[in-house]
Amino acid sequence: MKHVLKPSQYAILVAIMLSASVGDSFLKRGMGQVGAVNLHHLGLLWHALFNPYVDIGIVFLIGFFAAYTTALSWADLTFVMPATAFGPVVIALIGRYWLHEQLSVSRWLGIWLIVCAVGFVAGGPSRTEHPELDQMDAGASR
Amino acid sequence: MTLSPFVHQWSAIAFVAALAVVGEVMIASGMRQLGDLDDIRARRGLLGTIAAVLTNARFVIGALCMALNFFSMLFALSIAELSLAAPAIGALTYIGNAIAAKFFLRERVDRRRWLATMCVVVGVILLAR
Repeated sequence: MKHVLKPSQYAILVAIMLSASVGDSFLKRGMGQVGAVNLHHLGLLWHALFNPYVDIGIVFLIGFFAAYTTALSWADLTFVMPATAFGPVVIALIGRYWLHEQLSVSRWLGIWLIVCAVGFVAGGPSRTEHPELDQMDAGASR
Repeated sequence: MTLSPFVHQWSAIAFVAALAVVGEVMIASGMRQLGDLDDIRARRGLLGTIAAVLTNARFVIGALCMALNFFSMLFALSIAELSLAAPAIGALTYIGNAIAAKFFLRERVDRRRWLATMCVVVGVILLAR
């Protein structure tokens, strides 16, 4: 049976693609305000928790982990994997179109390859059926 | 006997990638064991779903591996340059995940998914340049 994704499941995959990179961007901005942390200034890590950008970044990263585990409950790891690789693409595109940074040819090629990877798996089934394994797992989790 | 910097760096990179693969495979296995979280949420509510996830042994082991992965990544970055460590760990993790998914999770990794994995590996390396 070919698993067809529901619109809400596509929304989860889009959340995986966007949330980690957006969260990382907020963390980077917040830590830029907090300053460099090293072994002699570990107290800054506690201070960082009161920075709003760090807090927003943590919320986005918790959202990423929630979306990732949810996706793994109805899709194969090898189906979800390319979506997790999309983060650097989002950051590169933000750099190009928002921050007006120049992207080299090799980076454009990298973006194109990852987009192709997402397209390849999205066109196939999301889940491998294992009736006997699923039955054993269901018994074990009871 | 002292290890050469090359062996030292690549041992750390391989260790970080191995922890990520074990963590992700254990989390994926735990989620497969639990079944669709939307169905669980419909039956037991949001708190019941969170409790079901957090009491799943495979998920907990996977999450611990991911936490260890985070700290070992910090160590790897202290002995290897970011431009080497980040793409190398990313690429090794994607290849390791595909192999582990085929043999441990018994996923059907067909030509389409291998092609996607290789595109991701090359794409990550190119993006990090």
